[in-house]
Amino acid sequence: MSNYKSEEIPVTEPPVIDPTRWVENHADYLFSYAITRINDEEQARDLVQETFLAALERIDKFEGRSSERTWLTSILKNKVIDVYRKKSSGLNKITTSLDAEPQDQDFFDATDGHWNKTHRPQAFGIEEHDPLMSKELNSILQKCMQKLPALWLSVFTMKHMDDETTDLICAELKVSPSNFWVIIHRAKLNLRACLQKNWT
Amino acid sequence: MNELKNIIYNCRKATFLIEKKQLTALTVREKIELRIHLTGCSFCRLFQKQSIGINRMVHELFHSAQPREIRLDDDYKKKLQERIEEELDKN
Repeated sequence: MSNYKSEEIPVTEPPVIDPTRWVENHADYLFSYAITRINDEEQARDLVQETFLAALERIDKFEGRSSERTWLTSILKNKVIDVYRKKSSGLNKITTSLDAEPQDQDFFDATDGHWNKTHRPQAFGIEEHDPLMSKELNSILQKCMQKLPALWLSVFTMKHMDDETTDLICAELKVSPSNFWVIIHRAKLNLRACLQKNWT
Repeated sequence: MNELKNIIYNCRKATFLIEKKQLTALTVREKIELRIHLTGCSFCRLFQKQSIGINRMVHELFHSAQPREIRLDDDYKKKLQERIEEELDKN
């Protein structure tokens, strides 16, 4: 039956993989990838090391469908998600339980859902197109993000940083789709309020 | 009808839809509800502008501003390198 042309895959360059140069070529990149996602220098360094070691163990599975860096990054990414999962499970999850709903009661009137007077949005300079992303604003933004409960931050980061699908985030972090939207909503309410308070 | 009335005056729900809208498609009903609400509510209009601005800032934070300044220190790299070579020698 196999009269057809046998699979003549055009001969491409064999995928380059050279662990002796990983540190030189990818360590800084992977480190910055990790630190922007978990904001803990020591943990980020550990993750880079774990990534290299895990990659060595399964180096035979590298098929060269992607670049070496992409492959390493995907290993690291899974490790970052593990960190999120750990951070947002257990105690943290209980204290941020969504049934309790205290977190946004302040923002809106409990009976009619109007903005409470003290929480009404006020213009503070980011509403017009392209706010100047100064270093200062940058660091306030990061600080405000760190104030979010761990689970919220994990959901928020996975969605905004890596454009993960909602399904994947819900599965990885074990949140229901409806809780996912509640978290996205509350995270933004808190983030916005924090920015308004600290950036005026 | 009652529900529609609800959203028209409900900023909690309107801000929820503003967030949802930025990540996925709203249903036709939700779109109409949100539009009606925003027509009459300047606070939520402002919230929407700021929310979009925040998403843009967050995106920028993670994508463009990322890889420049942050570097691993050389000592750690050296140790990493040794560790990798150690592992390679095992095989």
